[in-house]
Amino acid sequence: MATDVVSKPVWQRRTTSKQMLVWFGWLSAVAIFMSCWMYISNRTEWYFVYDAPRIAADIYDRATPPRWSYLDKIWKPLWDTLNVATIGTALSLIFAVPIAFMAARNTTPSVTFVRPLALLFIVTSRSVNSLIWALLLVSIIGPGILAGTIAIALRSIGFCAKLLYEAIEEIDVDQVEAITATGAKKSQIMSFGIVPQIMPAFAGITVFRWDINIRESTVLGLVGAGGIGLQLQGSLNTLAWPQVSLILLVIFVAVIFSEWVSAVVRRAII
Amino acid sequence: MSETVSHTQHRTWRRPPTIERPWLRYSLLAFTLIYLYFAVGSYDVNWSRVAEGMERGWKFVKAFANPDFVTRKTDLIEGMTESIIMTVTSTVVGILISIPIALGAASNLAPLPVYLFCRTIIAASRALHEIIVAILMVAIFGFGPLAGFITLSFATIGFLAKLLAEDIEAMDKTQAEAVKSTGASWAQWVNYAVQPQVMPRLIGLSVYRLDINFRESAILGLVGAGGIGATLNTAFDRYEFDTAAAIIITIIVIVMILEYSSSIIRGWVQ
Repeated sequence: MATDVVSKPVWQRRTTSKQMLVWFGWLSAVAIFMSCWMYISNRTEWYFVYDAPRIAADIYDRATPPRWSYLDKIWKPLWDTLNVATIGTALSLIFAVPIAFMAARNTTPSVTFVRPLALLFIVTSRSVNSLIWALLLVSIIGPGILAGTIAIALRSIGFCAKLLYEAIEEIDVDQVEAITATGAKKSQIMSFGIVPQIMPAFAGITVFRWDINIRESTVLGLVGAGGIGLQLQGSLNTLAWPQVSLILLVIFVAVIFSEWVSAVVRRAII
Repeated sequence: MSETVSHTQHRTWRRPPTIERPWLRYSLLAFTLIYLYFAVGSYDVNWSRVAEGMERGWKFVKAFANPDFVTRKTDLIEGMTESIIMTVTSTVVGILISIPIALGAASNLAPLPVYLFCRTIIAASRALHEIIVAILMVAIFGFGPLAGFITLSFATIGFLAKLLAEDIEAMDKTQAEAVKSTGASWAQWVNYAVQPQVMPRLIGLSVYRLDINFRESAILGLVGAGGIGATLNTAFDRYEFDTAAAIIITIIVIVMILEYSSSIIRGWVQ
């Protein structure tokens, strides 16, 4: 009987020690999560949280119906928001394209010196949220849509340059070689061998980032960088909830619209 | 005869335009120019204020070279800890919630009503900027990291569930059919046919989202939802650029560490 058990071992996915290791990993993950949760819990006024459903219902009551007459005052900030996103994206591309060429392994002038610098620039631009850039610029050049535009541009440079340099690194080498074989100059190789290959990626990245930027520029006003967020901030400060709900509705429509535009354009390219 | 030959000989090759239809090409160009004219015209910049700001801007650049980690050390550490804790908890909870929603939002798994319901949740989460959600959550749940935690969890759902659902929709049907033909129940089918196919992508997206959540957590403090943002805002308001520089550098370093480790993890699973 005993030999029978030994001869037919039950199939197991892992060895015992490995199983223990996996189990221990899960245990420590749960422990970390619980201690993090304790931290949040200690910093929370649970009395307010228990009250949350009532508060939410109360806010909903105050916010409906939206004050449609306020729409007249929103068109201008909405136009500003659109401009911040669009001009910001355009501005960022002017810088992102050369940085992308400097960062791509196959087009960079120097792998040891220029490339790390370009990568550092990309990572700095990408790590810092556009709201933080906006905070910084508002404190430097004063409130207004110029600060918002530059903030959007600074954040977008890293994003666009990263995606673009990855596209450049993935180009088909044969085409570049073919152009080189005709005796083309460096600039000609660039314009006939590389640029046509990355053009679809470039256009796709542009509308993708533009779409994101519309979303981001709607909130830049919260820190004083112009656009519809300014109206939102003002309405929140005066507890004018019907205006808040109208602005949120407008932002929602704008974001859906920009997503639709970017989807149409990308489908046309690909 | 000789005429036609010379005609073909003298024709020079021109590169095909990116947009083939001429009317589309020219109308797009005209539209862009008209838009730029009006958009740039709507910028109302106070240049003397900008010129005044250049000095402050230079001060900030210098502050970057000489950041001050010491003066606001406790605020810095406290804020960073809170940001990291919010990131970890919200990513975990966000993933746990997005998995069932992703299953529901995959058109090859879910019946139509469930599909539409889950897609609505995803669309709502994606359309609203984190800051706007955070404002509402602070109004409902009170100040503190709990509001930030809920905001980031909600934002994670829109991102993760959408991409995961797309991956499930693109999975290999033959494997799914093979498991189904053994008479597996729905839960077994999902666990043995779907889960192994999408697991690498899920892990990759999760670590990527962890990275995004940290970047977003840095701004939630601006509206009182916990994290480093509040300290950063105060530093800018007081023109304490050296402290602000220290905070931004810390954010960049943490993002770089996260990005580097997430690329290693994604390398393991793929």
